[in-house]
Formats: sequence, C-alpha cells, structure tokens
Amino acid sequence: MWNSIEGAPREAMEALQARRLRDMVSRVHHLVPFYRERFREAGVSPADIVSVSDLARLPFTTKQDLRDHYPFGLFAAPLSQVVRIHSSSGTTGKPTVVGYTAHDLDVWKEVMARTFRMAGVGPGDVVHNAYGYGLFTGGLGFHYGAEAVGAAIIPSGGGFTKRQLLLMKDFGATVLCCTPSFALHLSEVAREEGYSIREDFRIRAGFFGAEPASEGLRAAVRDAWGIEYHETYGLSEIIGPGVAASCPHGRLHINEDHFLPEVIDPATGQPLPYGEEGELVLTTVSKQALPIIRYRTRDITCLHPEPCPCGRTLISMESVKGRSDDMLIVNGVNVFPSQVEHVLTKVEGLTPNYVIVLEKKGVLDRLEVWVEVDERTFDDGIGALEGLKKRLESEMLNELYINVRVKLVEPKTLERSMGKAQRIVDKREVKTAS
Amino acid sequence: MSIKERYAVKQLSIFLENRKGRLLEVTEALKNADINIRALAMAESAEFGILRLVVNNPELARNILSSGGFTVRLQDVFAVEVDDTPGSFCGVVRALSNADVNIDYTYAFVGGSHKAVLVFRVPEELLEKALVAVRDAGLGLVAPQFFYR
Repeated sequence: MWNSIEGAPREAMEALQARRLRDMVSRVHHLVPFYRERFREAGVSPADIVSVSDLARLPFTTKQDLRDHYPFGLFAAPLSQVVRIHSSSGTTGKPTVVGYTAHDLDVWKEVMARTFRMAGVGPGDVVHNAYGYGLFTGGLGFHYGAEAVGAAIIPSGGGFTKRQLLLMKDFGATVLCCTPSFALHLSEVAREEGYSIREDFRIRAGFFGAEPASEGLRAAVRDAWGIEYHETYGLSEIIGPGVAASCPHGRLHINEDHFLPEVIDPATGQPLPYGEEGELVLTTVSKQALPIIRYRTRDITCLHPEPCPCGRTLISMESVKGRSDDMLIVNGVNVFPSQVEHVLTKVEGLTPNYVIVLEKKGVLDRLEVWVEVDERTFDDGIGALEGLKKRLESEMLNELYINVRVKLVEPKTLERSMGKAQRIVDKREVKTAS
Repeated sequence: MSIKERYAVKQLSIFLENRKGRLLEVTEALKNADINIRALAMAESAEFGILRLVVNNPELARNILSSGGFTVRLQDVFAVEVDDTPGSFCGVVRALSNADVNIDYTYAFVGGSHKAVLVFRVPEELLEKALVAVRDAGLGLVAPQFFYR
C-alpha cells in the first residue's frame, strides 16, 4: 500500500471525505459562477452539505457542461495557478479541457503511485508506458506515477509496435502500461517477429485501461504475457487514469478520499444502493483547478463497500459494463457519433447519411465511416472522389484523434445493408466489459 | 448558336460501388426504358467505379437511373470523328495540347466505314477553347444528334 488511507477504517474515511466535500462545495460556490447558479436552481447552499450522505442534494455535471464552458469556464483556479492543461475530444467539435494546479498534479501522482503499488512496482522496476503522450491524459498520468514510486519509466507512447518490442526486451521492462487490446497486439507481433515471450521479456505485471475489456480479453493478455493483470479506470474530466485500480485480488478500488463515487439510475438520477447496477457518478473533493461535482461518467457499473483481503478498505467498483450514452471507445479513444456527423456536415453538400462500422482488425479496433455519395457531391472523376475520401479521413483524424477509414457508398446502400436506419454497427466481439 | 451548344454531348456518369450485380442493375434499368447505349467507359478505383455513358436519350436515362436510386450526373463531353488509321488520335491530342487544354479522360469506339469516334472530357471552363481548337485544326467534331437517335 502506498498510503495508509487506503486501508483506513470507514469512519476515518467518511470523516475525511465529509471535510473535503464541504471545503470543495464552498470553494466552487464561491469561485465558479456555473456552480453558484446550479446550486441556486437546485435550492441548495453550501451550508446544507454536512456529510457525504448530503451529496445527493447537489446537482449533476455533464460533459455537455464542460463543453458549454469551453475552454476554462469551470476552472476554480486562476490561470496563473494552472500548470498543466489536457484536453480530450468533445462530443460535437469542441474538446473538453481539464486543468491542473501543482497541487492537482500531486494528487494525480499520488493516485497513480497507489495504482503502481497494486503490483508492488518501485525502484528497480522498468515501466514501459505505451499509452499515448500528449493531450490524452493516459501517457503523462502513468509517467509521473511510475516516477513517484521510483521506477524507471520508458516513455514509449503509442505506435511503432516492433520498435516497442525491441525496447521492452533490451531495456528489460518489468511492467507494461497500455490498453488491453494493444497488449494483446504486442504479444501477437512479438510472436510473429520470432520472440519467445517467456524468455525474451521480463514483464511481470501490466496496467491496462482506457477501454472496456471482456474477461476473455483480460485472460488472453494475462496468458499471452504470463503476467499479473491490473485494471485501471479513469477519465480526464475527473483526473485521468488513477480514479481506480485493481489490486492483486482483482478488485477495482476507487481512490475515494479524492473521488467520491455514487451509482445512480441513469433515467431518474436517483442514487442506488451498493451492489445495484447503474451509472457511476464521481465528485472530486481534492482538486483545485477543475473540481467537478457529481460528474455523470455514463459508465455502467456497481459499487461494493466490503473490505478486501488485500487490506484496502477503499470501496471497489466492478469493471465497466457499458455506457448509458452512445459513446464508443476505439483503441482507448472516446468517440461520439455526433463528432463524425460534425465532420460530415462541414463538407458542403455531403449527405448526413452515414454509418459507423466498428470491427476488429486483428486485435485492434478499426473504425470505418460509410458515407453516401449523392448527386451534389458526386463529381465525375475518380480523383475528385478519392480526394473527398482523403479529406474526410484527415478531418476525422483531426476531430476524433484516431484514424478512420472512409468508404464512399451509393445512396440507400446503408438501409439496404443494415435493414434499418442504424447509425452504428459494432462488429467487435468485445463490446462491453463483463 | 455557340460552338458549345452545337457540339457539347451529354454524358451520364454513374457512381457505382464495387458490388456484385450493381452493373447489371444499371443496364437492366436502361434496357427496360428502351435506352440505347452509344458509347461507354468505366473508370475504377479500389472501392468504387464510375460508369460513363453516352446514350440516345440522356435526360430520360438520367431520370430513370436517378429515381432508381443511382447517383447520376449529366456532363458535357465532345466527340471527334477521325479516320481509323494510325496517328488520328495523336492529331486530336496534339490540337488540344497546342491549345493548352488538359484532357480529363477520353475513350473511343470504332464507327462505320473506317471511321473512329473519340470522346473527350476536358475541364468545364476549357470546353469552348477545346472545341475551337479541334475545329480550327480541321478535325471533324461530331454533333450530339449523332448519338441521340
């Protein structure tokens, strides 16, 4: 255990949570006009919030709220105190922006250190980090966590699979961090390249997250590498990776001294008792730059408060079972159908008739967008059509942060092949974690 | 009557996915409407193709195909009749080249009595210039009535 709070008695935890919650609520009420207004609408004042059980009196915050206050409208710290800004793709064009003060980065480092300690990672370990660096929170989140526990970090980032394998072998990496599907992809390429996974690599544990993984995929990664599989859960709006991580007993512990979890009925917004499945709602109680009250994660899960044999008393959540909205997770990147539509409508004359087709190409996801070509867009020339396709692909990359294959199809093809107006065809075997 | 009005020929371009049976559907629709195909060319890429047709009744053909769910466009091309002998094609291309007219694409068919007909598509804004260049080179432009019958 990295911090004794992870095994603290319930009363101590709740007392800490209540104190932090009160501070945070009065802070956002004072500093963020959005929250002041929302509190007023909900008829609640900071004085009403005494204990964690009062959480349900507070209004929800959604991704849309973040977007509506792009870029810094929900920040509770002046920009002069912000030392890092990350951003993820938004639902309709505008990205969501998250900021961190130096204190926030310490919180992040702390929860990521706890994550790494789930596998006892520390000095002497070599952590190969294949999460994307950059605006995505994955890369830097794991990076600073590994440094905090004293491990040597290899900031590999995504892509270049063969070179990654070479570095993992030559640098003697002991810990692997990436999406579960990339972990499996790495093992397959390793085999193709003639590596002996057991003899050539020293990987003993992995931290896998950013996308849902079925038990089948998890088992495949575990077996392919012969390692301890640690699941990680997080979202940039809350902090990035580090919201929860699984212990050697496979329980996904939430760092609830920083992020208060609730599970609600997504239809009514009513809190549900422990053990019941619903949408996870998180409240940050220690962050300064972007504190968020009751954030609707849209992730479906349930909570279990029972203490764990690992010694942690932190509440645990089940692996995410699905989404309560139409968000897709493609190789770890969040994609909304509305983003695809946004790109298409930017191209003059293009029919908004499209279908998103998700497939597995090997073990990785492939996203195709089938777009109908109508008489306004159809230019008599292969070059013009290829140009349209290229332009759409590059706009999609720009907007969605992932490679999308665009396929131009005839009108009515979509209904013909799909049977009905259906925007998303997910042919991936692993759709949700279960 | 401008040279464009006299010699522009309406060509149908039909967007086709590379899918089994699709070409059959186009040709059947035309057959059922009693439309005669006078010239054709097919352009293809890995995923789709463009079928280009000169037919005896382009407006009718367009309506038939359009209501049949095809993506169709009508565009202006022009045709030149040449002797079916070596160098004839070269002569037309040279005339266009001398006039700085780019050719988007061209296709041809063999006509009657040792003649061949060449169809050219050039950028819209260069069509008039192309027609003048071909005419001034003493080459035989083909009036659309040749096809529309």
